[in-house]
Amino acid sequence: MTTVDRGPVGHGRMLRKEDRRFVRGRGKFLDDIALPGMLHLAVLRSPVAHARIVSVDTLAAEAHPKVKAVVTGAMLEERGLAWMPTLSGDRQAVLATDKVRFQGQEVAFVVAEDRYSARDALELIDVEYDVLPPVVDARRALDPDAPLIRDDVAGKADNHCFDWETGDAAATAAVFDRAEVVVRQEMVFPRVHPAPLETCGAVADYDRVEEKLVLWATTQAPHAHRTLYSMFAGIPEHRIRVISPDIGGGFGNKVPIYPGYVCAIVGSMLTGRPVKWTEDRTENLIASGFARDYVMQGEIAATRDGRILALRSHVLADHGAFNGTAAPRKFPGGFFGVFTGSYDIEAAYCSMTAVHTNKAPGGVAYACSFRIAEAVYLVERMVDLLADELGVDPVELRLRNFIRSDQFPYTSRTGWVYDSGDYATTMQEALRIAGYDELRAEQAARREHAGDGQSLMGIGVSFFTEAVGAGPRKDMDMLGLGMADGCELRVHPTGSAVLRISVQTQGQGHETTFAQLVAEELGIHPENVDVVHGDTDNTPYGLGTYGSRSTPVSGAAAVIASRRVREKARLIAAGMLEVAPEDLEWTKDSSGGRFDVRGVPDSGVTIEQVAMRAHGAGDLPEGVEGGLDAQVSYNPDSLTYPYGAYICVVDIDPGTAVVKVRRFIAVDDCGTRINEMIVEGQIHGGLTDGVGMALMQFIGYDEHGNCLGGSLMDYLIPTAKEVPDWETGMTVTPSPHHPIGAKGVGESATVGSPPAVVNAVIDALAPYGVRHADMPLTPSRVWEAMQGRATPPQ
Amino acid sequence: MEVTLSVNGEPVTRDVEARLLLVHFLRDELGLTGTHWGCDTSNCGSCVVLYDDEPVKSCTVLTAMAGGHDVRTVEDLEQDEVLDPVQQGFMECHGLQCGFCTPGMLMSARALLDRDPDPSEDVIREAISGQICRCTGYASIVRSVRWAAVHPEGRSEA
Ligand code: FES
Ligand code: FES
Repeated sequence: MTTVDRGPVGHGRMLRKEDRRFVRGRGKFLDDIALPGMLHLAVLRSPVAHARIVSVDTLAAEAHPKVKAVVTGAMLEERGLAWMPTLSGDRQAVLATDKVRFQGQEVAFVVAEDRYSARDALELIDVEYDVLPPVVDARRALDPDAPLIRDDVAGKADNHCFDWETGDAAATAAVFDRAEVVVRQEMVFPRVHPAPLETCGAVADYDRVEEKLVLWATTQAPHAHRTLYSMFAGIPEHRIRVISPDIGGGFGNKVPIYPGYVCAIVGSMLTGRPVKWTEDRTENLIASGFARDYVMQGEIAATRDGRILALRSHVLADHGAFNGTAAPRKFPGGFFGVFTGSYDIEAAYCSMTAVHTNKAPGGVAYACSFRIAEAVYLVERMVDLLADELGVDPVELRLRNFIRSDQFPYTSRTGWVYDSGDYATTMQEALRIAGYDELRAEQAARREHAGDGQSLMGIGVSFFTEAVGAGPRKDMDMLGLGMADGCELRVHPTGSAVLRISVQTQGQGHETTFAQLVAEELGIHPENVDVVHGDTDNTPYGLGTYGSRSTPVSGAAAVIASRRVREKARLIAAGMLEVAPEDLEWTKDSSGGRFDVRGVPDSGVTIEQVAMRAHGAGDLPEGVEGGLDAQVSYNPDSLTYPYGAYICVVDIDPGTAVVKVRRFIAVDDCGTRINEMIVEGQIHGGLTDGVGMALMQFIGYDEHGNCLGGSLMDYLIPTAKEVPDWETGMTVTPSPHHPIGAKGVGESATVGSPPAVVNAVIDALAPYGVRHADMPLTPSRVWEAMQGRATPPQ
Repeated sequence: MEVTLSVNGEPVTRDVEARLLLVHFLRDELGLTGTHWGCDTSNCGSCVVLYDDEPVKSCTVLTAMAGGHDVRTVEDLEQDEVLDPVQQGFMECHGLQCGFCTPGMLMSARALLDRDPDPSEDVIREAISGQICRCTGYASIVRSVRWAAVHPEGRSEA
């Protein structure tokens, strides 16, 4: 047992425990796994977006000396495995049988002795395609003459995916009818991709004798995946063990089940040997879960003196060829319903139409908190457009319309119950850090000297509220699975502990923060608490890490389990000290946790002494069992609502239209912070994503359905040169219903930052009369906007 | 074809395919899985190693070309159970989250400090600008490298 005196016994800045292996290159990522006799799998993908498969000739590939198996869709069909369920109740082809429906779709796979030979053999498979016209533009998907994509579904006659609405249409229309000011704008949140640095992959090892499958996979939700594999492949659930090794970033990309995982399982069953599949970068970008792809009509109604009355929106959602969205069942549009944002308004209504196109499936991915990224972008752009229309400062307009701190808990016009907030204070803190008035003065001075080489300076503000921590049993499930998470805490005789959790870190630092949660409650040093995760055989059931839900859900479970252990420890301590349990006082300081007789310092026992007694030979009080353990499955009553105020300052070169982010100020309120160093890191990463989406990241398609963002040369991701040194601040407004008041923060910055950057660019372009331009604001798109030719991205 | 090179100070001789990338040689043949792979186009820098003391993307090097050269990987940074200051700096300043980009970042940082022991923030950003981190937003990586510059003796891990 190592004990160090660095870091707190509980919440606070503490260096990460997991770093010790990563800085030595000793992380164990998926592709680092090498099993004896392991084979390698490569997937053949469609080069075209829409085509009928005429024939697949695998003879030459099978003849390759190092090839062990070649599998086509037709072969899977014979076994009933050609289609798999998606997390949204649609189905997706594992390998195409009838048609290919997007470029990059899986058509066949090869299992070979090494990774190069597997790739070689792909070249030997001959597929004849009868190319069909594709549907690329969601706006054309429902045209009467649009080619039908999902003819695999009986009776399906168009490319409609689903309709959804929220709010009160009539009440909202009435407010719009009488409003003094109405502003409208269509805006696109383009298709982007999370692109974690590690691509997706799996190692499947099926033991034919034990009839047991062990699957190492890059998954953010190992338990949910196990259940789905069992339901789909018919392997009893207790004979499947899913292990998530170290995950090289997820951001939502590693929530869905991909065909490649299933191929690896089939490959291992067929060959009787372990089989590894890893994507290359192009496969990851063109075929795995995309994000966004919303065309949004925004409308905002207000009084002339700047009181926001109502919001209305229609959304056209592009879900690609299969509805692979991962969202709670009753929420096909995710949590887009929080599009009323941080404002107290009279009415709101949103309708959504989702369509299929010949593009990769996905939808909810990339740290969006189930579509809140899109919702925040809509409302924060609309508020800026209104400010421009009314001629008021965008900060002033927000301050006038915020939900006031005395209105919490606040029920929004679309039915979301915001738990706590003090928005004005957080906004003021951001203004203070930014020096907002000075920035505006500088901008005015620069505009006076416009033309003499001055850069175009823009200041953008956004204020977001998220709903995270899904979710309450009464409202939310995924394919019928309640969105609970579990943990199991065992305290050993010597007073160290192991905490087993159902959620899965992808870099968030769970091995540290969950140990800190236990430390705070039990006074056991975090170094002496081991956190086990990512192995379904060794952790309790739960739905995994996405939607910023680890701390709100599993974190709550860890705290409750710790408190149960503490209450049991109190009973045992009372027996040891021969006093009544209620006469004991619990204290925790840097030396640990202890029970003392009330009013008599140093009279008592430490948590370690209690642990030894719990497992030891001495007497325990009547009715108390030995051991010091607890297990909890936590299903939250409500969501948590983190929020924040972001300010972005940009400079645009008027000659080249290159946008440079000069400063970015982020003040986040995520309630209680377990480890502020880690929280700040989460925010830094999200801000980088936001700048990337606003300025460069874009998965576009040409008219044939060819993906134009299929490599890191084409899909641009910010490097250290494109982002500033982040300026962060915080306010702390605890959640009233989370056991320690924490709210979750993993996606806050990704959700909140894109509108701040876009608002800054539009502000900079105000002298050109630009009201709106769609992301990504690349130099060419900014240039077009300056020439009055802003168009939606293709 | 047979090739002999030095990896982390040890001579290594292997019979390899002419097309085998150095990153795959290190990972699959030698089991040095600290060096990662992240893209097909030499953009991400997960694979950076020191090649005759220069930071090089090992996905751009054929193993066959590395004959006679000196390759050092992240596994070589810690010496006699003492971490390199850049390793310590990344831990002190939260320079990593998922840890996937970290080995490449550490090798670039080591090479930078070897030629410029006191780099400015801009110089550090330039030095890692051929690499991608999806998690940290880079500011903490910059701070980590600065920590290593200020603590050239490092400090063994507590
Ligand atoms: S693997 Fe991406 S640069 Fe080498
Ligand atoms: S720490 Fe995850 S990519 Fe850098």
